[in-house]
Amino acid sequence: MIAMNYRGPFRVRADFNKPVPDIQHPQDAIVRVTRSCICGSDLHLYHGLVPDTRVGTTFGHEFIGVVEAVGTDVKNLKVGDHVLVPFNIACGQCAFCKQQLFGNCHESNPAATAVGGIFGYSHTAGGFDGGQAEYVRVPYADVGPTIIPDDLDPDDAVLLTDVVPTGYQAAEMGGIKKGDTVVVFGAGPVGIMAAKCAWLFGAGRVIVIDHVEYRLEFVKAYAQCEAYNFRSMRDPVLFLKRETGWLGADVCIDAVGCEAAGSALQTITGRKLLLQAGSATALHWAINSVKKGGIVSIVGVYGPTDNLIPIGNVVNKGLTLRANQASVKRLLPRLIEHIRAGRLNPKEIITHRVPLEEVSDAYHIFSSKLDNCIKPILIPPSARA
Amino acid sequence: MENLADKYRHIPGWGVDADPENEPTYPYKHWTGDDHQRLNWQRPPLQPVYREVLQSNERPYMTAVFGTSVPPSGLSGAIRRFAFKFSESEYGHWLPLLLADRVNMLEGIVADIKGGHIPNIFAEKGWAAEWKYNRPGAIKKIAIGTAVVVAATVLLNRAVSKRR
Repeated sequence: MIAMNYRGPFRVRADFNKPVPDIQHPQDAIVRVTRSCICGSDLHLYHGLVPDTRVGTTFGHEFIGVVEAVGTDVKNLKVGDHVLVPFNIACGQCAFCKQQLFGNCHESNPAATAVGGIFGYSHTAGGFDGGQAEYVRVPYADVGPTIIPDDLDPDDAVLLTDVVPTGYQAAEMGGIKKGDTVVVFGAGPVGIMAAKCAWLFGAGRVIVIDHVEYRLEFVKAYAQCEAYNFRSMRDPVLFLKRETGWLGADVCIDAVGCEAAGSALQTITGRKLLLQAGSATALHWAINSVKKGGIVSIVGVYGPTDNLIPIGNVVNKGLTLRANQASVKRLLPRLIEHIRAGRLNPKEIITHRVPLEEVSDAYHIFSSKLDNCIKPILIPPSARA
Repeated sequence: MENLADKYRHIPGWGVDADPENEPTYPYKHWTGDDHQRLNWQRPPLQPVYREVLQSNERPYMTAVFGTSVPPSGLSGAIRRFAFKFSESEYGHWLPLLLADRVNMLEGIVADIKGGHIPNIFAEKGWAAEWKYNRPGAIKKIAIGTAVVVAATVLLNRAVSKRR
């Protein structure tokens, strides 16, 4: 089959001879992929920032597809079902899954305890091959995968596997009160969705901070919010203090993670020398721009070691930090309602549809922000017929 | 569930200020108390282990499922095995893994060549897209790369000439 094949930092290719996966566990399904996305967090893998990313791995944790085979214990799915597959692999039985923490399953990743299993996200997240391929093995098929309702556009469905729930949960974790001023750091797909979802929780003002001009223009129109380029100001924290009546934002959301720009010190120590787990500039700004007693919601992805952040200010300001991988399964019913009601329109963020065979170009376009790219999706040959 | 009030009867005031509403993980965690049972949930069936899978030493046993892509091998595999002697809290775990990734990249190139495939590194880096959407940038990168190679060649030639 055709599958994306990681060869090292900034190098990927389409492998035309990867074996089709088989059932390895009675609760497995094999899914023929009809669409997969490249996620902003895939770029952390692509840039070589995530430890234990092995050459030959197939990335891809945002995908939908048709069930081709099921294991003997699978009851809820049958061959031919078109399913969306949450990015987190969840058993449904451990203490965390039983409490709806499907992003924190303890039975899906032998290599680490801090993170649950994630499709195509290095051996640090379980060593599973991902969905940027024609076929993918899906463990615990009765737990995560959800049959796509007939009235749901497949382009919306594929975005429900990660980017929409992650953006929504970012806003949810912000504990937004009606009228709150919410600042979102990052105008990538998750930041765009977080800004859009902040209104659903009653935000009174939504401000997005980034440095990529075309993305700021996009989010301003898509999420009906304010958008500012931090390159145009000397100090974004001071700018936000001034904009929020000098007390700070009520809620700040970090939707950037470990590859933030904006601080030479963070960039050199985090992204170039790997002395910390990526650059924590966005989180630094979030902590310093939020009001005393405010909430910082973190969905940006960071590496597993540590980062330079002003933790003293967290204490002195009495902040609440809330963070997690999105619990996709928990959020799906509500998000599907929002799409049906026209309150969310995820597919409008898709800017590029690329044949799976051209995966190298797709990664480069997304990584280098070429051609005004917001969200690329990969289409396998069988889904183009 | 055991009766905690009885268990802690000897501690004056035990639990009198407990507030179920004081739950900062709401609404994304539906608290059930299952955490207190520790690792005693009913486990799913266990996936058979046919290939080497590295396991965190913070786990007493293998998870019920795991990925089987790219088992550890070669020098990078040896480094990864060493890394897994350390817990997830230690640099001894993560820094060797990053080193192993870089070694693995070189192993990948060697494996490609051994298998009769010369990797087209420019194609793998998406240069077709760079040429299409960022031609000035591509030309600049080519110019810088060429200048570096020419300068290195000239310096090398000079050094060789001096030795003679």
